[in-house]
Amino acid sequence: MKNILTGFLFVSTISFAQYPDGSELLEKIDENMSSDSRIFTSTMVIHGRRGSRNIESKTWSEGDNNSYTEYLAPAREKGTKMLKLEDLLWMYSPSTDRTIKISGHMLRQSVMGSDLSYEDMLDDKKMQESYDAVVNAEEDFNGASCWVIDLKAKTDDLAYDSRKIWVDKEKYIPMKQDLFAKSGKLLKRMEMSDVVRVQGRWYPRKMTFKDMLKDGKGTEFVVTEIQFDVPIPDDLLNKGSLKK
Amino acid sequence: MSIKLALRNLLGAGLRTWLNVIVLSFSYVIIIWYQGLIDGWNVQARRDMIAWEIAQGQYWHEAYDSYDPFTLEDSHGSIPDNLAGGNVAPILITQGTIYPEGRIQGVILKGIAKDQQVLRLPTDRLIKENGEIPVLVGKRMATNNKLKEGDYLTLRWRDSNGTFDATEVRIAGIFSTDVPSVDQGNVWLTLEDLQQMTQSEGEATLIVSGSESLNNMNISGWDFKSMDFLLADLDQIIKQKSVGGSIMYILLLLLAMLAIFDTQILSIFRRQKEIGTFIALGMTRKQVVKLFTIEGGMNSVLAALVGAVYGVPLLIMQYKVGYAMPYEPDDFGIAISEVIYPSYSLGLILGTIIIVMLTATIVSYIPARKIAKMNPTDAIKGKIQ
Repeated sequence: MKNILTGFLFVSTISFAQYPDGSELLEKIDENMSSDSRIFTSTMVIHGRRGSRNIESKTWSEGDNNSYTEYLAPAREKGTKMLKLEDLLWMYSPSTDRTIKISGHMLRQSVMGSDLSYEDMLDDKKMQESYDAVVNAEEDFNGASCWVIDLKAKTDDLAYDSRKIWVDKEKYIPMKQDLFAKSGKLLKRMEMSDVVRVQGRWYPRKMTFKDMLKDGKGTEFVVTEIQFDVPIPDDLLNKGSLKK
Repeated sequence: MSIKLALRNLLGAGLRTWLNVIVLSFSYVIIIWYQGLIDGWNVQARRDMIAWEIAQGQYWHEAYDSYDPFTLEDSHGSIPDNLAGGNVAPILITQGTIYPEGRIQGVILKGIAKDQQVLRLPTDRLIKENGEIPVLVGKRMATNNKLKEGDYLTLRWRDSNGTFDATEVRIAGIFSTDVPSVDQGNVWLTLEDLQQMTQSEGEATLIVSGSESLNNMNISGWDFKSMDFLLADLDQIIKQKSVGGSIMYILLLLLAMLAIFDTQILSIFRRQKEIGTFIALGMTRKQVVKLFTIEGGMNSVLAALVGAVYGVPLLIMQYKVGYAMPYEPDDFGIAISEVIYPSYSLGLILGTIIIVMLTATIVSYIPARKIAKMNPTDAIKGKIQ
């Protein structure tokens, strides 16, 4: 019996030792996914019951907290602008020529009918700051060998109490993320694909967001062009730029 | 003598009189029927709203605004000691999301004490089995989302810190009510379950008072809302409906009055010789004007009698059978039952009779004034004046 227990402990120790430290992995993900600044154009494909809609936009972002987005197409959304400064969000609509601050429960509304909420867009905290991470397994996902990390919220004020992420062992990209409710019920799933090398870093050009409690194909976010660490015009990241 | 003579003249006019009388009788019956329907709706809506939602009044948390769901996050507080345990029903309100048939739908979650006796909600059906959360939904909500008793429904909400939580809840009961604000978009749970789910132990958003003795207390952080305040929206709608209905009465009355007015003008024109003879026989002009006014006004008396002949059985039948609403009542968001039973008060009936008689008399008097200016000799000769 003693031998069996010793053997079990030995095997457990070996297998535990095989996995890297979760916190270090999160740090590497944050390093890879964050940049001082970036400019990108993207297409959001929203799959609905009556078909799909494509929304094109261009975004200028500085660090993780500040960004400015201008919608380019379709004609209905063209000229709509969104400004995010720290944890505040404003939206300008050309049809009404008014700027509104999106706050409180409005943040929980869907962005243009997609599976993303404004709050999801504001969720820019580095994962290492928000979650305790434990690597529990390794699995292949979409042909990439991944570490499977269980994340548990460090504080009780995060939208998602726990997450499970599949991180590419070589590129340090969270290829898949499952977001859970406090009860453990799976709420949302994010999948990343089409990983390309841009300015010395790996970046997923396609992200799919899916509300797992709802039917449908979810929302795709495809980055068509991206530049990292480029200067952002000083006058862009302030409220006055929304009406220009 | 004038009345007897007026009645004889009126009946002598034959078909012309009966046409006037029939049109005028429609006014009586329709005014009483429509206003009775509005009053019946008012009585029923008040009764239902008091039974299902308002009771004797409510205490609202000072931050609660019933028109702004965005206030729900911050509008709850500890149930005051002087209300706890009394004849009250504390309700905790928060926002949630349900996923019926894979669709996403925002709902209002309302937690209410399982053993409350203040509202008619069948909260005793919220029986917990195997640790599941039992919920109640209204018939309209169940129909719109194809929910049946015993079904399981995915419910997502946020706790007081804003963290998502979700679970499967069991439809423990489906209730039928005429008050859409209790039914449409509402999911009712036990107060204990919702407090636990949102980490708001011992808290409520509003407290429904079941006894007048608990009303109007000065409680810090809570504002008392009287029955009149809570029924103000309904009163406003009823008032608007009454005003809308009065346009119909006015049109109908105008039609009848136009007929009486025309008849009077024609009578005075065609009966000039008769008027001249009355004056020549010693009647004063005033007496002749009075005769013609009574004659015209008597149309409304005959109309009341004719209206009673067919109107009373019709109105009684409507009172017993009720009026089935031709559209979905919940489209309005106010309390309307599928069948409305009219309420005819004595005031309504007498008021209608007085209004119609007074109007008919005035309309009859206006053309009759011309008689006062007639020259009796010319009148006897039949000269047009």
